[in-house]
Amino acid sequence: MKVTIDNITIDVESGTTIMNAARQIGSHVAPPAMCYYEPLKGSGGKCRGCLVKVTAGSEKDPRPMPKLVPSCITQVQDGMVVENTISEQVLETRKGIVEFLLLNHPLDCPVCDQAGECDLQNFAFEHGVSKTRTVEERNTFEPVDLGPYIKLNMNRCILCYRCVYTADQITDGRVHGVMNRGDHAEISTYIEKAIDNDFSGNVIDVCPVGALTDKTYRFKSRVWFSKPEDASCSCGKCSGKVTLWYRGDEVIRVTARKNEWGEVKEFICNTCRFERKKTSEWTLEGPTKIAGKSVISANKYGANTITPAFPLKQAAAQYKQIDDSRDTSFLVPQKQLN
Amino acid sequence: MKILTEHIDVQGIETIDVFRKHGGYTAVEKALKKMTPDEVTEEVKKSGLRGRGGAGFPMGMKWSFLAKPEGVPRYLVCNADESEPGTFKDHYLMMKSPHTLIEGMIVSSYALGANTSYIYIRGELMYVATILEKAIQEAKDKGLLGKNILGSGYDLELHVQLGGGAYICGEETALLESLEGKRGNPRNKPPFPAVKGLWQCPTVVNNVESIAATSWIVNNGGDEYAKIGIGRSTGTKLISVSGHVRKPGVYELPLGLSVEDFIYSDDWCGGIRDGHKLKAVVAGGSSVPILPAELILKTANGENRLMTYESLSDGGFVSGTMLGSGGFVVMDERTCIVHNTLTFGRFYHHESCGQCSPCREGTGWMDKVLYRIEHGKGRQEDIDLLVDVAKKIEGNTICPLGDAAAWPVAAAIRHFRDEFEWHINHPEKATQKGAVFMREGASWSM
Repeated sequence: MKVTIDNITIDVESGTTIMNAARQIGSHVAPPAMCYYEPLKGSGGKCRGCLVKVTAGSEKDPRPMPKLVPSCITQVQDGMVVENTISEQVLETRKGIVEFLLLNHPLDCPVCDQAGECDLQNFAFEHGVSKTRTVEERNTFEPVDLGPYIKLNMNRCILCYRCVYTADQITDGRVHGVMNRGDHAEISTYIEKAIDNDFSGNVIDVCPVGALTDKTYRFKSRVWFSKPEDASCSCGKCSGKVTLWYRGDEVIRVTARKNEWGEVKEFICNTCRFERKKTSEWTLEGPTKIAGKSVISANKYGANTITPAFPLKQAAAQYKQIDDSRDTSFLVPQKQLN
Repeated sequence: MKILTEHIDVQGIETIDVFRKHGGYTAVEKALKKMTPDEVTEEVKKSGLRGRGGAGFPMGMKWSFLAKPEGVPRYLVCNADESEPGTFKDHYLMMKSPHTLIEGMIVSSYALGANTSYIYIRGELMYVATILEKAIQEAKDKGLLGKNILGSGYDLELHVQLGGGAYICGEETALLESLEGKRGNPRNKPPFPAVKGLWQCPTVVNNVESIAATSWIVNNGGDEYAKIGIGRSTGTKLISVSGHVRKPGVYELPLGLSVEDFIYSDDWCGGIRDGHKLKAVVAGGSSVPILPAELILKTANGENRLMTYESLSDGGFVSGTMLGSGGFVVMDERTCIVHNTLTFGRFYHHESCGQCSPCREGTGWMDKVLYRIEHGKGRQEDIDLLVDVAKKIEGNTICPLGDAAAWPVAAAIRHFRDEFEWHINHPEKATQKGAVFMREGASWSM
């Protein structure tokens, strides 16, 4: 089936979603995904961050679709024409989605463990605006311990349901889900029952934001100060393929391996994730390849490095253009600019 | 011309004997003994009956979309969740005359080839569910439900299922989730229920009033039904009137009656209460755009507005509204539109399921901003902010709840912007009890 996304035509198998077709073309065309997670069945369609415009439904019926469609769950038709980043309407809508997602999300990135590998941060950086329009008080929740390893900070949750699907599909005896409705809905374990399962730790990896964090790693380091290294071990329960995160010689965190879309294909067990934190327990396989977009890849040996696309002076000018009322003088001294 | 409520005031109509004395269950006999399921569907198609739940989609067409694979059961689900503020017609019909619905359910299930059907009713209406269950038992005892109905070889089991009382469970896919015993979150579409509905089987979800009308159509023919009404708005419609009229209540009217007649005629609502003046009308339940007096009586072109799907939506959302589910809320000049919009906004904030982000966050945001404006803490930019938030919710959500939340806010600002501005500019006056803005020269001002 031929599908055209942002003027690039690609041949894909029937049944492919627009999102996956775009991913086959490359990361510059792929819509952002906050809730869609390919390995999890039924995920997607909720965050509306991946809405795209379909300007021609198919070859047979070339009428445009009346509404923007979620690309993660909409299957391509032969001859479909899709506009992602070239459509003003799509970009305008995404600005709105970022605004909605940040409405009750605390702007505590400086103390959030997820900062640097946060999907919402990346989404807001690419599609958001620099100024907030809300003066309303944010909804808040108390942080909750979900067993010995996992901390839930509901304030940061964007209700993507990924952890619910993970718990449902890869652990047995799901004990957590979504309680309540609307913007007071929350992820909860029902009477705060501990998540106690060999694969429960994977909810941390699938969480796009810092709502579910690893208690053995909390506040230990910023992610960009640690070096990721692929490693494996012969574990009876899982594949044993992990990423070790080093600070100096110390393994400060173990996660499952994520592909370039930030998705885990092989989930790992809690023993590998929380208990094996010595290099001697692992066989090292070399530096982890991190997608170019991520801040983690900055200053990493062997990994892609980010070079600013424009010099500092232009960056400051750019900032002023976006939002004139914002005081940027403290960022770059005026002297240096001239 | 009354179809559904003809015998509704007869003493004991809720019992099967009285109901049958007044022509009840003749449609079941006619359909099951003399007609094939396709013939019933054909009659419904001919009648031009449009879904009475709010969307107004032709019912016969919806039935014809139902997938019919071999060996897979099909279901008919009656949507009796009716939670739209301002709408209480189904409640009235089921409470007074439960057999009208059950007769329609049997006929419709037969047409669709469903052997198990459900009436999904919201939890608050427990006592109506009891009435329905009693009526179902009566019908079973008379051989009108169960195995081999009236010796025709057709089997039907009818169940009443109570919901938890959520507005969102009136959305058809959320209703199906709830019916399956899950959290009532709407599903992503496609696939539509006609292909994969209840327990992944082909399902039709219809409103109470639509299903109830099918028995009359079977008895009298689709063509007869199509003679009532104007153009594509055929038949009669139950309208539940609330607000500042002399005679609020549920009325069955032939589509095509003029709105002016409906509000002012003594046969219907009897005019505005206590000599007050008409200010605004919400014509089809809380989610349709509100219209000021001059636009509800006449369209933008100066034509008389009629109670039909087409006439009410004449002018699009700029100067029109929708017939919706028939929740007709009339407001006189003492009504504060800002307060009214806040009430609606608070409702949608409370009822959003929280699944997709524009609706979850947007409804809460609009509620908070409206609350500030109503309580004298509004800012000048809040009005445009509300319009923009409504625009960003509309059309970007999984289900129509997002649209339903956005439309009333957008419409209130479109038609009563000066009232919002007055609230923001004169907070000390606006927050006084009973204070209402009067537009100079408006038909409703003193």
